[in-house]
Amino acid sequence: MAEILLEHVGKTYPGGTQAVSDVSLSVADGEFIVLVGPSGCGKSTLLRMVAGLEDISAGTVTIGGRVVNRLEPAERDIAMVFQNYALYPHMTVRENMSWGLKNRRIPKDEIAARVEEAARMLELHPYLDRKPRALSGGQRQRVAMGRAIVRQPAAFLFDEPLSNLDAKLRVTMRGEILKLQKRLGTTALYVTHDQLEAMTLADRLVVLNGGQIEQVGRPLEVYHRPASTFVAAFIGAPAMNLLDARIEAGHLRLAGVDLGRVEGEARAVTLGIRAEDLQLLQSGGLPFRIDVIEELGAGRVVHGFVEDQPLCVSLPSGAELPAQLHLGVAPEALHLFDAITGKRLPQSVHRSAKVRA
Amino acid sequence: MQRFRPFDHLILLLGAAFLVTPVVMAFMSSTHAATEIHMNGLFLSPGGEGMATYEKVLTQKGGFTGTVTGARMVMNSTILGLGFALGKVVVSMLAAYGLVYFRFRFATPIFWMIFTTLLLPLEVRIMPSYQVMSQLHALNTYWGLIIPLLASATGTFYFRQFFKSVPDELLEAARIDGAGPVRFFLGVLVPLSRPMMAAIFIIMFVYGWNQYLWPMLMTTDERFFTLMRGIKTILQVWIGSQIPDYNEAFALAVLAMLPPLGVVLAFQRLFIKGLTESDK
Repeated sequence: MAEILLEHVGKTYPGGTQAVSDVSLSVADGEFIVLVGPSGCGKSTLLRMVAGLEDISAGTVTIGGRVVNRLEPAERDIAMVFQNYALYPHMTVRENMSWGLKNRRIPKDEIAARVEEAARMLELHPYLDRKPRALSGGQRQRVAMGRAIVRQPAAFLFDEPLSNLDAKLRVTMRGEILKLQKRLGTTALYVTHDQLEAMTLADRLVVLNGGQIEQVGRPLEVYHRPASTFVAAFIGAPAMNLLDARIEAGHLRLAGVDLGRVEGEARAVTLGIRAEDLQLLQSGGLPFRIDVIEELGAGRVVHGFVEDQPLCVSLPSGAELPAQLHLGVAPEALHLFDAITGKRLPQSVHRSAKVRA
Repeated sequence: MQRFRPFDHLILLLGAAFLVTPVVMAFMSSTHAATEIHMNGLFLSPGGEGMATYEKVLTQKGGFTGTVTGARMVMNSTILGLGFALGKVVVSMLAAYGLVYFRFRFATPIFWMIFTTLLLPLEVRIMPSYQVMSQLHALNTYWGLIIPLLASATGTFYFRQFFKSVPDELLEAARIDGAGPVRFFLGVLVPLSRPMMAAIFIIMFVYGWNQYLWPMLMTTDERFFTLMRGIKTILQVWIGSQIPDYNEAFALAVLAMLPPLGVVLAFQRLFIKGLTESDK
């Protein structure tokens, strides 16, 4: 049990590739932090630097008040769960879990007790004497978790642990990981590229892009107030619509339609609208031309265009739709971003005194 | 299921006969008296002298000094074969471990240097090797016979490829589990390599067992003679009458075949696994 502190951490590979630069993050004791981002954003590298599997090129990593930059992975008091489980194929489940403890010269009966306890928690009892080969993907993942739990480490590190499982199992295991972490109260760092996994697991999300932190925050905070177009497009499914709009004479205009009052001088902005914030209107509003409809059962996602800009809308299933729709959106649900830097603008949109939309 | 195909079976039978007949012929001939073989050529039917011949071959003291028996030669060959096989497995595993898992300068050039020695047969360096061992006073010793041939480019190459196919995460998991280089090697890599070790062991055992030129150079003392030399010397030395003891030569040849056969039979499942399996 410990807090983890990253200060100005950077990683430069020989040859000059900068995988991670200037990442600072403070993880409280018992907190579940999810590092999320597209592939190549440096999230795994960051995790591996905390684990001690990659050298740290700049900055310091502190675990439980101890600077661990120069410590071997085994000395950092962490346990890691890998994407491909990395179980030792020649050992039984029991041996897999106890090997790390044996290497640390923990007494035999203590090892037996810890393995017993972990097996009970993870319902692994029937499999203790099997080899990993004879287990299903979900069971292997559990064994990998068990191997981490028996160590009773200061922190768990997860490197995309659910990516090799099928969709249904992923949901189940997600729940189990969360329950387990809350119950043990162990600090956890979790890497994933799956924004849904990130949203459901995290106490706080860290969105990474190009080796830098794009935004840190609680899942709903990040969802409702994305700090940049990158975060806006990455978190949430379907991805937030990003459209070119203009501020003209104190009004936000998209496709010639006035969407609300906004402060600031005339300029181009990027307008973000979540698909689920758009509603059907009888008339007026944004003219929308339907291209493709994805039926999801509970609802449908309609892809189409406003003028020539692509837009998608979440609508309830049901009636046939005409080729032309009229869409409305509450001004509070609009997100404004700088058209060039992509950073969130401080202004918010208000309902126009005289609603023309 | 596939249909029964007589033609396929015919080909297989012919192939088997082609390979097995000479062996059967050698065995059958070894049970006849030398004079019969001399008069009638080789036999495909059993004769009556079998037991006597094998007993004589195994126990009769032969050679100039009269100290070397067949049994002694079998033992020498076994020591040589086992020493070779075990030594090569150990040395090439350690070499491959160093090459794959440790970052040091010139690892790749060193590997290629080792690899190119694959192209050179033993005969190329046999004189220098002989001289070194002779200056170390290692002629007519077992270790002198074994050690100069222990380094194995083939073995190192196989193990290197195998280690490269082991997922990196296993090493990382082991590092987090507190295993140092020695414990990772003994606790993870060695058990994982078992099929590979069996394959190399068989190949190297047969290779060592069949050595002829090297033992002939290295040993002048008849107590160190191997079976391969014994077969040769029978035809040269054990000439009682004018007729060479063909039956005894055949008996020794048959005896010489048995241990490698035993090793292959014992390890064959692991052997095939080692050469084909890549599941880890």
